[in-house]
Amino acid sequence: MTRVVVDVMLKPEILDPQGQAILGALGRLGRSGVASVRQGKHFEIELDGEADPAALAQVEELAANFLSNPVIEDFVVTVGAS
Amino acid sequence: MTVSVGVVTFPGSLDDRDALRAIAAAGAEPISLWHKDPSLHGVDAVVLPGGFSYGDYLRCGAIARFSPVMDLIIAGAREGLPVLGICNGFQVLCEAHLLPGALMRNARLHFTCLDQALSIENAETAWTNGYAQGSRVVIPIKNGEGRFVASQATLDELEAEGRVVARYLGGAPNGSMRDIAGITNERGNVVGLMPHPEHAIDPLTGPSSDGMTFFTSIVKALIAA
Repeated sequence: MTRVVVDVMLKPEILDPQGQAILGALGRLGRSGVASVRQGKHFEIELDGEADPAALAQVEELAANFLSNPVIEDFVVTVGAS
Repeated sequence: MTVSVGVVTFPGSLDDRDALRAIAAAGAEPISLWHKDPSLHGVDAVVLPGGFSYGDYLRCGAIARFSPVMDLIIAGAREGLPVLGICNGFQVLCEAHLLPGALMRNARLHFTCLDQALSIENAETAWTNGYAQGSRVVIPIKNGEGRFVASQATLDELEAEGRVVARYLGGAPNGSMRDIAGITNERGNVVGLMPHPEHAIDPLTGPSSDGMTFFTSIVKALIAA
């Protein structure tokens, strides 16, 4: 089995109120030195077989049309990471 | 002539019964549709109701959009079938790309539950033809992810083509861009709306009966068709 990871993040220009709330909580926790927090999603996908170009093309398609919404989000596909 | 309007129940839909009741009150035959239905049972129009389909997992509406009944609704909407998406239904329509933009977590993260004043800005759609252009209505909103977001180009296009159907009065309670509460497609048969007209059909149980006109509008449009 091969692990493929899809990370989905809001596009930079999209307001992320959850990230802002986390940043606000860091201040209340007395943590300094953090300028910004953005929250995203991390999908770990186990393939039955190898991460060959055909399988990766399928993961890309899945990431583009289901795991992310292209109106508001960008995604990155990484092979073998965890 | 009797017209029929279907209401889809997804796992996690909440407001399907109120939508069915509003359709009956408007004089149409309400038809329950199940998310796995392989047929639309000949309905003349469809309402996608509010709620939390599939628990809002992944993104609101993202999983419901791929249910079997949605294949038929997407194909029908492209042919002119009138479709009204309310709240979660609006989110499903955006995920299905029948309407542009997306609905995101409210600014300041508040779940807003309010009797909301709106202006009806397009009184020509299949679902709003009974309103006077620019009329002020009070219809409840209840959502955590109702902030309408789209690119500047899309927003400009919506405004230029008169496709903003409803706008929040007194400022958007959720941070929606340009105070947008509802929009329509190019053809005017698909409307998405965050407020809940089906909860405002009777002053006994809602803040007004202002929402009733969405349902009488579609009956009028279908009979005229």
